[in-house]
Amino acid sequence: MAASSKKWVLGAIVLAVLVPLLQPVFPDVVSNYRLFLISTMIIASIAVLGLNLLTGFNGQFSLGHGAFYAVGAYTAAILMDKLNVPYWATIPAAAIVCFIVGYLFGLPALKLEGHYLALATFALALAVPQILKYKWLEGLTGGVQGIVLMKPEVPFGLPLSEDQWLYYFCLVVMIVLFWGAANMLNSRSGRAMMAIRDQYMAADTMGIDTALYKTVTFGISAAYTGIAGALSASAIAFVAPDSFGIFLSIKFLIGLVVGGMGSLLGSVLGGIFYVLVDNSAQSLTQFIRNDLGLPFDLSAYTVFGVLLIAIIYLMPMGIAGGLFMAYRKLRGARA
Amino acid sequence: MEQFLQQIASGLANGAIYACVALALVMIYVSTDHINFAQGEMAMFSTYISWQLMSWGMSFWVAFVLTVLISFAMGVLIERLILRPLHNAPVLSIIVVFIGLLAIFNSMAGAFWSYLIKEFPSPFPKAEFGIAGVIGPHQLGVVLITLIVLGLLFVFFRYTPLGLAMRAAAQNPQSARLVGVRVDWMLALGWGLAASVGAVAGIMVAHIVYLEPNMMGGILLYAFASALVGGISNPAGAVAGGFIVGILENMVAYGGNQLEKATGIYIIGNGEKLTVALIIVIFVLTVKPAGLFGRVVVKRV
Repeated sequence: MAASSKKWVLGAIVLAVLVPLLQPVFPDVVSNYRLFLISTMIIASIAVLGLNLLTGFNGQFSLGHGAFYAVGAYTAAILMDKLNVPYWATIPAAAIVCFIVGYLFGLPALKLEGHYLALATFALALAVPQILKYKWLEGLTGGVQGIVLMKPEVPFGLPLSEDQWLYYFCLVVMIVLFWGAANMLNSRSGRAMMAIRDQYMAADTMGIDTALYKTVTFGISAAYTGIAGALSASAIAFVAPDSFGIFLSIKFLIGLVVGGMGSLLGSVLGGIFYVLVDNSAQSLTQFIRNDLGLPFDLSAYTVFGVLLIAIIYLMPMGIAGGLFMAYRKLRGARA
Repeated sequence: MEQFLQQIASGLANGAIYACVALALVMIYVSTDHINFAQGEMAMFSTYISWQLMSWGMSFWVAFVLTVLISFAMGVLIERLILRPLHNAPVLSIIVVFIGLLAIFNSMAGAFWSYLIKEFPSPFPKAEFGIAGVIGPHQLGVVLITLIVLGLLFVFFRYTPLGLAMRAAAQNPQSARLVGVRVDWMLALGWGLAASVGAVAGIMVAHIVYLEPNMMGGILLYAFASALVGGISNPAGAVAGGFIVGILENMVAYGGNQLEKATGIYIIGNGEKLTVALIIVIFVLTVKPAGLFGRVVVKRV
């Protein structure tokens, strides 16, 4: 990482740490609701990062990452609900469970590429809600009703609100995970992952154990997305099968494509983006209904769908890639 | 025994629907090597169009024919406007565009017609159709309509010059272009036909699963399974796969039911239909990607 970008990252982290402390100063701008919204954005970025590790950096396609998110969320929820495990301890547990599930799914995925891998993962995404409702699992998963949980409590008597604490907790997890991903990508293993994406045959010939790298990447990617799922279970304090359908996986895909494939910064932007659109769609619908008088319920997915297609046409590298290109052009023009 | 026959009959009816959607998928796959993830949502959207036409006072069959024509135009337009410019784009971009289409069709249907479940009429008269106790009038009608559609398609591809040109464009675009076939337009026509066949499937199944924006999700998954079982590069195979998977689906549920009755242990039932399809998809993809009747793809390295 270049020195200048390190400075930027540090600056962003300091800013992120300071934001909740401004709450007494600007209670209307930094409301508890906004902090909670930012927490969901952080969770979304972690999930998108997981998908990015697999698709952006390793070239394996997945339309079914919602499945790993669901496994993470349910692992956390079941541990908290049945075994009274504290919420912070569910994060590593979810990571381990999802790594194993992802690794196992990566084994048959080794034989598939391109459209076929997309098809298999798409099928997985469609089947997840039904698998969660399976009768034998009902005792654990609570069936259609799902599981209701408690929100994380503020520890050590810190003078923070629940939403402030949740924000800090998510932020710490995110920083650790992004730091880990950046280091992994910058290592021998990361270069092997990207070599497999760019030139599979050459990587194989150079002695990279492609099967091992692909399955382990699948596991790590699933673990990242699963951690996001576990965090969301704590944050929302509720899990139910029907919130893990195909459209959840489509949201991750949106984050990936909009943010930029193969970019860490892009994962953050993508996560922020899809939460923002998801949240503003409702007010947009009200605007269309009440102010324009059209009998039309705009859903976030119309925006998502149009954007997916538009970005493939206009900015194939996503927002992060587009910004980078624009920046380079501007500097090039000046020099 | 009667229950067993009933299950086979309803498997055939479901299979007919899967066969149609699988055929639509294969028609696009054969000519462009793309798997259209939006096929199910396109069919759902067409079904809403026919519902709208009927609510404007048209009779079922007039709405049916009009919808098939509108869907055809819709398919051609999507190919020409959205996919044509991406002809040489990487697989990833194409998949993303299909997912985009899926999201658009799904949310637009919800926006125009709301997410409330609607009843959809069956055109088949109760009195004259069906064999009492074994197959209901709608089920028999679905199988008949599907067979007619498949027959028409077969005649079209086998005996008309346009059908021949379309097959040529799919099999060998370069040579087809050299002998004067307009390959680009043939692909667009293929898309149109696929959308029409999908529309037929949607209209036929809407009476069974009710009309709502997410009605095709499970059916699309089963159509994938059918296309894969039959061999995704073989149209006739996809149709056979549709019927095989349709019967298999009902047999699995029936078997699970019988097992539960005999032993009291619930293993599998109607609630696991999508899981069964998922297992079929992954099993076929990893063990025999060419399916039962497909061509084995040999890749030159």
